[in-house]
Amino acid sequence: MSRPEQIAPPEVFYNDSESHKYTSSTRVQHIQAKMTLRALELLNLDTQDPHFILDLGCGSGLSGEILTEEGYNWVGMDISPSMLATGLDREVEGDLFLSDLGNGVPFRAGTFDAAISISAIQWLCNADTANVDPKKRTLTFFNTLYASLKRGGKFVAQFYPMNDSQTETILSCAKVAGFGGGLIIDDPESKRHKKYYLVLTAGMAERNI
Amino acid sequence: MKFLTTNFVTCAVKGCLSSLEAFPLKYEDCQLVQEETEYKPEFISHMLERLEWNAIVQVAKDLGNDSLPATKPEGLDPIMEDSQAVLKDLHTLLMETQIVEGKMSCRNCGHVYHIKNSIPNFLLPPHLC
Ligand SMILES: [Zn+2]
Repeated sequence: MSRPEQIAPPEVFYNDSESHKYTSSTRVQHIQAKMTLRALELLNLDTQDPHFILDLGCGSGLSGEILTEEGYNWVGMDISPSMLATGLDREVEGDLFLSDLGNGVPFRAGTFDAAISISAIQWLCNADTANVDPKKRTLTFFNTLYASLKRGGKFVAQFYPMNDSQTETILSCAKVAGFGGGLIIDDPESKRHKKYYLVLTAGMAERNI
Repeated sequence: MKFLTTNFVTCAVKGCLSSLEAFPLKYEDCQLVQEETEYKPEFISHMLERLEWNAIVQVAKDLGNDSLPATKPEGLDPIMEDSQAVLKDLHTLLMETQIVEGKMSCRNCGHVYHIKNSIPNFLLPPHLC
């Protein structure tokens, strides 16, 4: 099976029929829910406090629905109008933005307590047209995300790197932007279940835990 | 898009990242709806700390509401009864007031972002990225 990133850009690949097919597949729902819960576990937020969370590449809101169930308020960003329309149909609680992660995160400094991304940031590494610079887009993404998080705010991203060099590009851009942290690989021995999670912190927290 | 979000979203155009004029955006031709959502006073008081109150007043004015106090309500505690009325009002304004259609524009570069079906369109033409 081809990877979607190799077929077309995300806004083209996830057209109305793909968005619907993707969102209504119970297998997809199950996997996305599981990965969202794992991302939340890695965020390790203090459950006593409320949190305002950014969901990057939120798609139709499958991860957002979990955030709502867990009591979080959230804003989602995605480049696919069809995915977002499916989210509207599902009456998700979060605000949805149509935008390209590679152009940055348009929120003022310290807006969010934390951010997550499920199965999205590998798209940053794609160059769909000749004048697209994946490295520049990835760096813009991490720089603006860093600014939009409160100091000490965490970002956890599950992603599907196509190769080691993509992982290295993502990690090095995150570091240049000021993030600390690294990569966690779940089920590294299993070809089918192996999952990559980027676990990053934006600077020092105001209080140490 | 909830009113709350207007207090955080800025212009995405590259040259506006460090401009003080790029926030808040200017709201025009907006269609609003009130949509009931779960009242979570702890969340409101959590967000209150990071609200830019001048921007709240400015955007409310753009949307036709001149009745907000000029200074941010302080010292609200969700467990105190006299705080509850203020928190409830803030909840109605921030969480239940939704912009479903309209335009928001940057005071620095003039770029216009359209809101359709509650979703702001932040896709930029290549020359602005
Ligand atoms: Zn601007």
